[in-house]
Amino acid sequence: MRGLEGRPARDAGRCNVPFDDAASLRAKLDVPSASVQETGLLSAVPACRCPPCAAKSGKSRVMNELDCDVLVIGAGGAGMYAALSAARAGARVLLVDRGLIGRAGATVMAQMTVAVALGEECPDTPEAHLNDTLAAGRGLCDPALARLLVEDGPARIREMDAWKVGWARAEDGSHIRQAHAPGHDRPRCVYVDFLNTGPAVSRTLRTQLNPVSAVRRIGDIVITDIATHAGRATGAVGFELGSGAAVSLRAGATIIATGGLTRLYARNSASANMGGDGYALALRAGAELLDMEFVQFFPIGHLAPRLIGMDPIMWDPFRYKLGGRLLNRDGDEFSERYGREASGRYNLTRDVATYAIFKEVEAGRGSPAGGAFLSFTHVPEAELRRNFGPVIDRLAKNGIDLTRQAVEVAPIAHYHMGGVAVGPDMATRVPGLYACGEAVGGANGANRLSGNAITEALVFGEVAGRHAAAHARAQGALRVAGDAPSLSLVTGAATLCRPEGAGSRSGLASLMTRLQALMAEKVGPFRTHDKLAAALAELAAMQAELGEAPPPAAGGYDMARLDWYDLRNMLLVARCVAEAAIARKESRGAHQREDLPGMLPEWEANQVIEWRDDGLRLKRRAALQQREAA
Amino acid sequence: MTTQIAELHIRRGEPGDAPREQVFNVPFEPGQSVLDALRWIRVHADPDLAFRFSCINANACKECMMQIDGKVGYACTARLVAGPMQVAPLANKALVRDLVTEIAPPEERLFR
Ligand SMILES: Cc1cc2nc3c(=O)[nH]c(=O)nc-3n(C[C@H](O)[C@H](O)[C@H](O)COP(=O)(O)OP(=O)(O)OC[C@H]3O[C@@H](n4cnc5c(N)ncnc54)[C@H](O)[C@@H]3O)c2cc1C
Ligand code: FES
Repeated sequence: MRGLEGRPARDAGRCNVPFDDAASLRAKLDVPSASVQETGLLSAVPACRCPPCAAKSGKSRVMNELDCDVLVIGAGGAGMYAALSAARAGARVLLVDRGLIGRAGATVMAQMTVAVALGEECPDTPEAHLNDTLAAGRGLCDPALARLLVEDGPARIREMDAWKVGWARAEDGSHIRQAHAPGHDRPRCVYVDFLNTGPAVSRTLRTQLNPVSAVRRIGDIVITDIATHAGRATGAVGFELGSGAAVSLRAGATIIATGGLTRLYARNSASANMGGDGYALALRAGAELLDMEFVQFFPIGHLAPRLIGMDPIMWDPFRYKLGGRLLNRDGDEFSERYGREASGRYNLTRDVATYAIFKEVEAGRGSPAGGAFLSFTHVPEAELRRNFGPVIDRLAKNGIDLTRQAVEVAPIAHYHMGGVAVGPDMATRVPGLYACGEAVGGANGANRLSGNAITEALVFGEVAGRHAAAHARAQGALRVAGDAPSLSLVTGAATLCRPEGAGSRSGLASLMTRLQALMAEKVGPFRTHDKLAAALAELAAMQAELGEAPPPAAGGYDMARLDWYDLRNMLLVARCVAEAAIARKESRGAHQREDLPGMLPEWEANQVIEWRDDGLRLKRRAALQQREAA
Repeated sequence: MTTQIAELHIRRGEPGDAPREQVFNVPFEPGQSVLDALRWIRVHADPDLAFRFSCINANACKECMMQIDGKVGYACTARLVAGPMQVAPLANKALVRDLVTEIAPPEERLFR
């Protein structure tokens, strides 16, 4: 494959040429700021032209350019699937991730279930699954995307079965087990025991990718921007984390498969790679974002005692299988007062449960650490062991004995319903730019059913890969050399030259924690105009604090510079969430306004955000679901 | 809860440097992990400390492998103890910086 070999810019050091002011800095830029704007790179700092740097940048410019038909950004379930599917369609694929391939995102962390109308446990149809999905979405689903999810789901899940993912089967092996999760009208959710769904899905896709020579996989690549030329996406730019070297990836079609944004919140179930990069990439490249106000909180995230080596949302499968009791400080099974949950049964949807726990804590009836108690003390030990054998031992290592003690749980940021606006072919409005997986908005409307996210990742990944490959093929002849995203556009990312004082290294890690605390406190599940307005003001101040340029490079694996690039995206995405939330003057699904309770018919509308004239533009349009019904 | 102090002796440096050890005193609640402490250090003491991790809690990404008190383990599942603890990069992998070593499979690296 041409151009797929890179070489490290090992000797790249730091330039000490002094820059005394912004004007002299600009004079040294080798790219006029207008073309920086044109490519959507709003705050990149182009390369220094001092002779040593010019020599080095000249060298690395040649060495870190890669070329492919389809570039997939993010190697979770959606990205790995997209890569497989693009390769099947004949494309040469580059699959990059900021962490290790198949290990860095939400997919490998998922421990629970995958919703799909297989009809193994009892008769089922995609139509029934669609009805439940639309009902949960509270009128805001894009019906075409929701339909795609439920209709293609069975094929994807059976394919995973054929690839030996290991869906749990009935004891006699006769059929695949399907659990009955809240919000679904029947048992519909497949899983891999014990709490092993995500690792099994990731491993299976990796195994499928291994022998495919048309897919080159590269980890530790942080994509900072989509490159555009004449309104088309032409690839992406970023840097290799280990060396700090800039990379320029030229592609006929580019797929954003970067997952969600839950790292914006102090308490989240996310990995460190889920700061919403894909939303920022898409927005700056000219695509639209949809329904950004809808962040799903998982009601019973583990809170206390400190549990290590286990994902904080691990209690969900316990509840599916064993019920469990959600109690307040007084031992009162309070959820009955908020919903229809009968004792020991688990049928409360996520938004209602989150609300119930927040209200109990607010009323002073929370657990000591500020949540609710979850108790399985009424479940016999043999029953616990039969259902969760090895997990019970892991809990014991953490000093937790479920037969004797309740644990403390609280709502935790978990998933993002909103995202990049795409059509049923996963194409954004920018030609050549696609998105899939959690990065996409619309399929789940205002609230997502449990189990729909992994189905979404696999189904949308398959579709995106197929269409991106076709796009790359169709416009192959149109590609010109000038399309290559220039490395000078990411010199913010290179280990080459950094003017002293370009940006501060210290304080970025703590700015990150302040941002996460702000989002949790003021843009959490329960919102008011005043809290949101305060959050927006604070976000603007944080943006000023972050500044326009990354800090000076300090060599390989530079976490402070990574923080800068992460904050650049996170602050933009946080603003999108807060702006959409302050504009939506009602309560619906995962967006609850304490000052505006209740759903309003005039708000059966989607909100769309674009970046235009140096600012965010928010517009409202009647929900597709409503338009279709009319 | 009682706050205790872990005294982390962290081996630092880039390839070719003479490795140096730096000591950080980190307050913690019993039950917290070595990764919790490393993240605390970046926020409160030294943002330039390098270590790798993704999943934080789930022990799914397997990125945070390092030597803790001379034994190979995961920073996210090793518990902090009061008093001195030795933290060093993996010995059998190429050093990238501080606690980060080259752990990706060779065919999944940019420079291979
Ligand atoms: C703990 C947990 C448990 C869950 N359990 C379930 C469940 O049981 N059932 C269910 O249906 N859903 C579950 N979900 C949700 C579901 O796992 C996710 O929605 C789904 O896996 C998303 O897949 P994805 O491929 O879109 O994104 P991810 O799997 O998150 O992958 C995104 C990838 O993109 C990479 N990336 C991000 N930014 C960049 C960048 N700038 N440059 C390069 N790479 C980048 C990341 O490193 C990551 O590897 C769970 C989520 C979590 C966090
Ligand atoms: S941080 Fe993922 S395994 Fe330790």
